[in-house]
Amino acid sequence: MSGPSSYQPSHPALKWFEQRLPIIGLVHSSFIAYPTPRNLNYWWTFGAILSMMLGVQILTGVILAMHYTPHADLAFKSVELIVRDVNYGWLLRNMHACGASMFFLAVYIHMFRGLYYGSYKAPREVLWILGVIIYLLMMATGFMGYVLPWGQMSFWGATVITNLFSAVPYFGESIVTLLWGGYSVGNPTLNRFFALHYLLPFLIAGVVVLHVWALHVAGQNNPAGVEPKTEKDMVPFTPYATIKDFFGVTCFLIFYSWFIFYMPNYLGEADNYIPANPAVTPAHIVPEWYYLPFYAILRSIPNKLAGVVAMFAAIIVLVFLPWLDSAKTRSNKYRPLGKQFFWIFFVVCIGLGYLGAQPPEGVYVVLGRILTVLYFAYFLIVLPLLARIEKPRPLPNSIADDVLAKSGRAAPMVSAIVAIVAAASLFAGSMGEARASEGTEMPPSAKWSFAGPFGKFDRGAVQRGLKIYKEVCSNCHSLNYVAFRNLAEPGGPGYTPAQAAAFAAEYKIKDGPNDAGDMFERPGRPADYFPAPFPNEQAARASNGGAAPPDLSLIAKARSYKRGFPWFLIDFFTQFQEQGPNYINALLQGYEDNPPHGVTIPEGSYYNKYFPGNAIKMPKPLSDGQVTFDDGSPTTVAQYAHDVSTFLMWTAEPHMEARKRLGYQVFVFLIIFAGLMYFTKKRVWAAAH
Amino acid sequence: MTASTADHPTRRDFLFVATGATAAVGGVAALWPFISQMNPDASTIAAGAPIEVDLTPVAEGQDIKVFWRGKPIYISHRTKKQVEEVRAVPVSSLPDPATDQSRTKDGHEQWLVVIGICTHLGCIPIAHEGNYDGFFCPCHGSQYDASGRVRQGPAPLNLPVPPYQFVSDTKIQIG
Ligand code: FES
Repeated sequence: MSGPSSYQPSHPALKWFEQRLPIIGLVHSSFIAYPTPRNLNYWWTFGAILSMMLGVQILTGVILAMHYTPHADLAFKSVELIVRDVNYGWLLRNMHACGASMFFLAVYIHMFRGLYYGSYKAPREVLWILGVIIYLLMMATGFMGYVLPWGQMSFWGATVITNLFSAVPYFGESIVTLLWGGYSVGNPTLNRFFALHYLLPFLIAGVVVLHVWALHVAGQNNPAGVEPKTEKDMVPFTPYATIKDFFGVTCFLIFYSWFIFYMPNYLGEADNYIPANPAVTPAHIVPEWYYLPFYAILRSIPNKLAGVVAMFAAIIVLVFLPWLDSAKTRSNKYRPLGKQFFWIFFVVCIGLGYLGAQPPEGVYVVLGRILTVLYFAYFLIVLPLLARIEKPRPLPNSIADDVLAKSGRAAPMVSAIVAIVAAASLFAGSMGEARASEGTEMPPSAKWSFAGPFGKFDRGAVQRGLKIYKEVCSNCHSLNYVAFRNLAEPGGPGYTPAQAAAFAAEYKIKDGPNDAGDMFERPGRPADYFPAPFPNEQAARASNGGAAPPDLSLIAKARSYKRGFPWFLIDFFTQFQEQGPNYINALLQGYEDNPPHGVTIPEGSYYNKYFPGNAIKMPKPLSDGQVTFDDGSPTTVAQYAHDVSTFLMWTAEPHMEARKRLGYQVFVFLIIFAGLMYFTKKRVWAAAH
Repeated sequence: MTASTADHPTRRDFLFVATGATAAVGGVAALWPFISQMNPDASTIAAGAPIEVDLTPVAEGQDIKVFWRGKPIYISHRTKKQVEEVRAVPVSSLPDPATDQSRTKDGHEQWLVVIGICTHLGCIPIAHEGNYDGFFCPCHGSQYDASGRVRQGPAPLNLPVPPYQFVSDTKIQIG
């Protein structure tokens, strides 16, 4: 993509082909012979990392689409079946879901790098604008993808975001109806979002080609921000940039794998494990972390239309950046004031992200307004002004001089990485904070055999939990996603197929119609699912004082609580993700006959220390001695609560052991590979220094 | 990655080979989940468990079609005449030689259980049609006899017999 090719094939067949379609020459001149500044640092590997992430998202996405059903009644279930039944389905889903977050993380780093080193300045304006377009497409794609699992956050996220367009004067309502294909978010909405979610990544890929093309016309910017002058300033893309990019990609894969294998739900919302319910809005609607800064801007403006306009303006302003910042010096390395304001701006963005996850009340609103003003001030006031008043430091004469000047100064890079990791976890943790509920106690952390990187289910506990479910919980709660065959699958209670079949045969399953057209009952088979106690939600509601007992299959992932600062940071490193079992365990033991003074519990509800709001409709389900165990375990409520929580963690994630085991293997591999790549990279670059 | 150093064979040292080999191993291993996911998932496999079929309602000369693993299975209650006919055919004259005895269960020779998928290109043959008192495939005219053996037409093989056994005189288990 950079003028006539230097590629001269020697083989006659290649020569013949090259004369007719010079594609090998194109690849050769773009990715092999292409000259690249020799002073690029690791922030420049994020282009390669983003290309890889786009590839991973498209590949895993196409595969997930092979197993997914875009229908309002079936979507949630089909996602669960992917995770439970498809070979490596859990892996593919985690790769795709965490991949979206990694993609955005990488794109933010890429954008901040462009901002810091002035990569948007002439002659790279079009390159930058194409990047903004890619970013916008990514946001649309990510939003629609989040809708597809059709959980509570999917549904209400879709409702809130599409309603943004209702702010358009006069046409608003019609636009929203048009987007929905109905009078509310529903099946037509889901179907079109699925179609578009499949389409947009290919558009992104197309714009990426233009982005790379523009890059290869203008040439890469570099940390010094001076244009290359001589041959000495450059090295060929292959092997120098290639090997460095591969090393960067490998390190990024290690980070990415941490999420895939150990923290798959760290960046997600527990509410999205509850199937979409158009009748109930979750207490706090929080978008995915990568939209939070813009969400904060939206909320900090009290006027609906103005809020929407400000939110979109916050992105569109990036398009005009090349003209807003007219300073001649590109790199902030040589702009003493520009550098300081850049970091202030960085903190403003993180702060907005944090506020986006907080409830819109009190001091958060005020802070949100201040940061929104600062955000726009950076682009509209600070940058234009700095261009006029700032006196930049002298630039190096050439890239080669820059390379000679700095030797072994990796520290800024390291500290920046630390800052970004901390900032990212601040984001992530703040989402947990958003689901604060007043007056409830935080569940104590229990000891779980399945916690940590090598955690395994305690078979005995899962078996006892199953018994408790069967004898107690199953009177009111369904277990819709668990089949009897699962009891014999590896990583579960550890029954043999014969035991599972015998267990199934104790149940009566409705089947039919038979040849006469009648429904009939037959003994359960391993392929059957646990039958539900009530035929439908209305019946469940009617028999339980108006509150339908939730399905328990996913309850251990669908319940969570805020851990607060600094725990969410520590949790990222300790792989803590047992909020669900902790909550269930605490809830089952949290009943008190006499509510504390001053708390009134409505008729038909019961006081529970750990239930949000304290008034739970479920009467105390377990009491000492209620269920007997063959293995001599104590028959106490504490033991019951522990065992049933373990069992429900297993039903929520039957392949957890496989996930952690594969994670261990992948980590060993990646760390060895990263080491090899590091030394290979050093060896290759030794020739260039 | 190491290919570009081909012009300096001395540099193809252990480090480059090791890195390249590790990358190749990792790449191949990473492919496996993407291929494996195409295989039937656990619920499909579980749904393919053996089924039981009650034979009492099937009168002599009749047949029924049941589905197992998404495949149509013909269960024919053959007449004496049909059984005699198919057992009288000289086996060596058949395109896919097999005795009727080898395709049915001893003591239950009146029952023929075959997968009703034409071995030519997968259409479903019609029972009680054709020149051999067996099956006739409407797609390209293959004909099977009352033992499900191909007698005429482009089909190369006999209709396959699925795994099954008699659990009682009037009940079979397929699979
Ligand atoms: S498919 Fe039956 S004859 Fe061709």
